[in-house]
Amino acid sequence: MDKTLPDLATAVAGIDDGMTVMIGGFGGSGAPIELIHALIDRFVATGHPRDLTVVNNNAGNGHVGLAALIEAGMVRKLICSFPRSADPVVFTEAYRAGTIELELVPQGTLAERIRAGGAGIPAFYTPTSFGTDLAQGKPVAEFEGRSYVQERWLKADVALVKAHLGDRLGNLSYRMAGRNFNPLMCMAAARTIVQVSQLVEPGGIDPEAVVTPGIFVQGVVEVPNPAQEEDLNRAGAVYPEAAA
Amino acid sequence: MTLTPIKLTPSQMAWRAAQDIADGAYVNLGIGFPEMVAKFQPPGREAIFHTENGILGFGEAPAPGAEDWDLINAGKKAVTLKPGTAFFHHADSFAMVRGGHLDVAILGAYEVAETGDLANWSTGPKGVPAVGGAMDLVHGAKQVAVLTDHVTKDGKPKLLQRCTLPLTGVACVTRIYSSLAVIDVDRGRFVLREKLASLSFDDLQALTGATLHLDGPVADLTVPEL
Repeated sequence: MDKTLPDLATAVAGIDDGMTVMIGGFGGSGAPIELIHALIDRFVATGHPRDLTVVNNNAGNGHVGLAALIEAGMVRKLICSFPRSADPVVFTEAYRAGTIELELVPQGTLAERIRAGGAGIPAFYTPTSFGTDLAQGKPVAEFEGRSYVQERWLKADVALVKAHLGDRLGNLSYRMAGRNFNPLMCMAAARTIVQVSQLVEPGGIDPEAVVTPGIFVQGVVEVPNPAQEEDLNRAGAVYPEAAA
Repeated sequence: MTLTPIKLTPSQMAWRAAQDIADGAYVNLGIGFPEMVAKFQPPGREAIFHTENGILGFGEAPAPGAEDWDLINAGKKAVTLKPGTAFFHHADSFAMVRGGHLDVAILGAYEVAETGDLANWSTGPKGVPAVGGAMDLVHGAKQVAVLTDHVTKDGKPKLLQRCTLPLTGVACVTRIYSSLAVIDVDRGRFVLREKLASLSFDDLQALTGATLHLDGPVADLTVPEL
């Protein structure tokens, strides 16, 4: 078994128009910047994929990564908890222009919906959002004297994920708070593509330290020394550079 | 509206809130002013701070230039490791929140109602809506405290009978650390616990949009110069 992929272009080749794509990361930490940029490269070259539904905690920052994906016009709908950042101009302008749809989900509900999607649980009840605008239209039930809101699983065609160590079997470990949504998204997508900062031999990750077992992963591509969104933004980076 | 009397600074409100955090407590501090509470832990007490993006027991901000952007808090600010730091994914993080494992959550507020309802995520339909973890954090922590100016910039009460802005949660707030007073929310009532000595009860009531109840003595709200 060998899930490694030769390069980033191969890694993003199977993503088609209209797909739902989960993208890991919380702000820039754990965000698969190189995979996102490879997807933009494909769009620039071929006009595809477009009309994507993207699931991420945020809505991008500056003009790189997820913000660049939106700026390229590839995203029809965003499912997120917090579409604000230090520089949210790209999403904000698309939202105001009506070119992007927003489904706002409380952060813990977003995480649990993704977890449920990966775990085969179609719906669950949570206290979060009861009595608020975000619970409108959702079934409510009482358990042990408290009211809870029904939420549904969230699944994706593809997940783009960033991990620190990975092996050819797809076993992964993460780096610090870069873990965030990544392990959940690995579980919830039909096809999970991971950029790892270092590819190791099987056994190179202590079995006790494997966070995502390889069963949840379909493709691994090595990206040594990955860019950090925060560093790119502090340098005023724009992707693709030609659009600057 | 009468002139607002001398009031606590955000640092002083944070200091006061910190005095109630017990040794060994697990605490989530909201983005903004509540983050300052960590600085004012009384000596000899060790609280463990939780951040939604998957860290327990993180340390202070690093020196400029020493940031590691994989090591950030929910406000996307760089933090540091400490002996005993633990990382976990987002579903585990919010299991800690909703599952009743946190002792204290301290949040900011636009409005708080005497019913314990909180409005702190939306000022209305204009602008881009964003909720983050606020709606999760108000459920599950044993104490859900609010750190807020007692009145708005225009001098209007933020403590009300009913919230007028979109709600973050229903009947969730247990204590309010305001710039003028410490107030508990108890069975649908505001119960005054402490107030600035320079302020009369009637003055405080006039700045509050719902009845302040008394249940035992009211202490002076005293804080250090910070």
